Amino acid sequence: MLAVRPVPLAQGVPMTQALVDGCVLSANYALIALGITLIFSIMNLLNFAHGQMLMIGGFMVYYVYGVFHLPFALGLLAAALVLGLIGAGFERFLFRRVLRVATREENSMLLAVGTALLLENVALFLFGEKQRGVPETVSGVVQFAGAFLPYQRLEVFLVALVLILGLLYFVQYTRPGRAMRALAQDRDAARLMGVNVDRTAMMGFAIGAGLAGLAGGLLVTVQGVNAGIGTDISIKAFIMIMIGGAGVVGGAILGAVVLGFAESIGYAYLPGSLTYLLIFLALILFLVIRPRGIMGHPWG
Amino acid sequence: MADQPPRAAGRTLAGFAVFALVLLVVVPLALASQPYWLTVFSNAALLALGSLGVWLTFSIGRINIAQGAFTLVGGYVTAILATRYGISFWVCLPLSAAVAALVGGLVGWPILRLRGVYFSMITLSLTSTAGLLFLNGGALTHGAEGINNIPRPAVLSSNLAFYLASAVLLLLGTAVIWRFAHSRLGYVFRSMRQNEDLAWSLGIDVARYRILAFVVSSAMGGIVGAMFAISQQSIFPSSYTVNDSVTFMLYCFLGGLDYVAGPVFGAFLLVIAFQLLSAIESYQALLYGVFMIGCMLLRPNGLLSLVLAPPGAEQSS
Repeated sequence: MLAVRPVPLAQGVPMTQALVDGCVLSANYALIALGITLIFSIMNLLNFAHGQMLMIGGFMVYYVYGVFHLPFALGLLAAALVLGLIGAGFERFLFRRVLRVATREENSMLLAVGTALLLENVALFLFGEKQRGVPETVSGVVQFAGAFLPYQRLEVFLVALVLILGLLYFVQYTRPGRAMRALAQDRDAARLMGVNVDRTAMMGFAIGAGLAGLAGGLLVTVQGVNAGIGTDISIKAFIMIMIGGAGVVGGAILGAVVLGFAESIGYAYLPGSLTYLLIFLALILFLVIRPRGIMGHPWG
Repeated sequence: MADQPPRAAGRTLAGFAVFALVLLVVVPLALASQPYWLTVFSNAALLALGSLGVWLTFSIGRINIAQGAFTLVGGYVTAILATRYGISFWVCLPLSAAVAALVGGLVGWPILRLRGVYFSMITLSLTSTAGLLFLNGGALTHGAEGINNIPRPAVLSSNLAFYLASAVLLLLGTAVIWRFAHSRLGYVFRSMRQNEDLAWSLGIDVARYRILAFVVSSAMGGIVGAMFAISQQSIFPSSYTVNDSVTFMLYCFLGGLDYVAGPVFGAFLLVIAFQLLSAIESYQALLYGVFMIGCMLLRPNGLLSLVLAPPGAEQSS
């Protein structure tokens, strides 16, 4: 089910291999968690369709790079743009309206679940059920301390790292980034300070969705993609948020690192589906002790 | 009922009587010779029962996406007890409800402290956890192969009998939930939905009541799982997935969260509509998505809000 296993590892793999895989996985997961956190903190909305957006990003790279043989970078750009447009459209035509008139919190959440179902089934209709992969963008493997690191995964890791740093810089130091943080803190105060709330919210949703698309575009080079992976990815994103705390950038990265290493170590030493079972059970126990995650604010 | 104007109570009772009459007399008479449609109505009745449980957790302000997990638990309890120990279904059914309720209580105690999106995220994960748990259950659950050849009690072997059993369970479930919603407990639940801290400050034992709601909901999920287990005579870890949990929720929303009749109406409407329009059945999941979005955009209080006034309108301050 949840076992989208990166590289088949034999029993008794060296610990360094699990750690190297954990690093690559964590960087990728951080992209996912940051996107969903951006949307959550700006709109106070949980993007249930995040996994489906990632899946569509994967298919964009599959078509641009895998089928039409255009450069990989162009595929990533297409993934970011298409998802950015989808995100902006969702905000403009669905969520803005419902968030304004909603009398119960459930309304916007159900709308989000509806968009997830919609995207998944449109993708199923357009792309079919098959598992798709793309050829390597770089070949070769580097070996150190008993661990193998294909250049492909090194590339994924580095691109993800650059994107994360870029996002952090954007949110921290640029004008629209500051507007987003202001919106996350206090919508009304931000409006009074002259922030164009509607436009900033739309931009935030577009960037969050675009990050999901980029993460999907990177992931397709190592894991492939199929139309059904969305829900599992969304669940992983939720686990990261629950560990780190919803709406906190530091928490999202922390949650991604915890889940990335837990998953890679688990897959190296445990039989298949047991890893996620243990992760879920540990998560429930963790939430008993700390319901709002490591860095989250108290609810309400 | 005491806190309702007598006329309104009488109307509700009359509505329930009509509903019972339709379920137990009209439908069986009309469909007696059409086993296929009886199965469709049985499915609708059972799905409605599961949604009623989800509705109850909605009434305390929790978005419960875990009903698929409890359906799975109920199904496996019946499957294991019936195939391994040959226990009669009439013992398995209450045991399925009891085990699902117990699991609901144990899991609910920690996770019900979470609110809003946190609660819905963890319940969503719970549905996946249940599937993984049964996948790793070893000889007890037979992993991915699942459990087959679950015996169906002789009394329920005909489609008509199975339908009647489902209908009776649905009526009982509706009566229980209606009683919950219109007693003092209903007001307690509503006060918790509006402001849990305020309810707590008024001396309401919030922790106990929210577990009560979740346990009742889980028990109903368990009953649904047991019934589906003997109707399909097999169960797998993937029998109920996150999508099923979402569907239970959708029925509640489509009918309307303010009415006990909401989830029942929503379930029957969607299940029967999709059977009638079998040409579009392959687009079912897509249309569910469109329904959810359309419902939120056009009728955020559910379809029943077209014909019914919101309850509590006559006594709202």
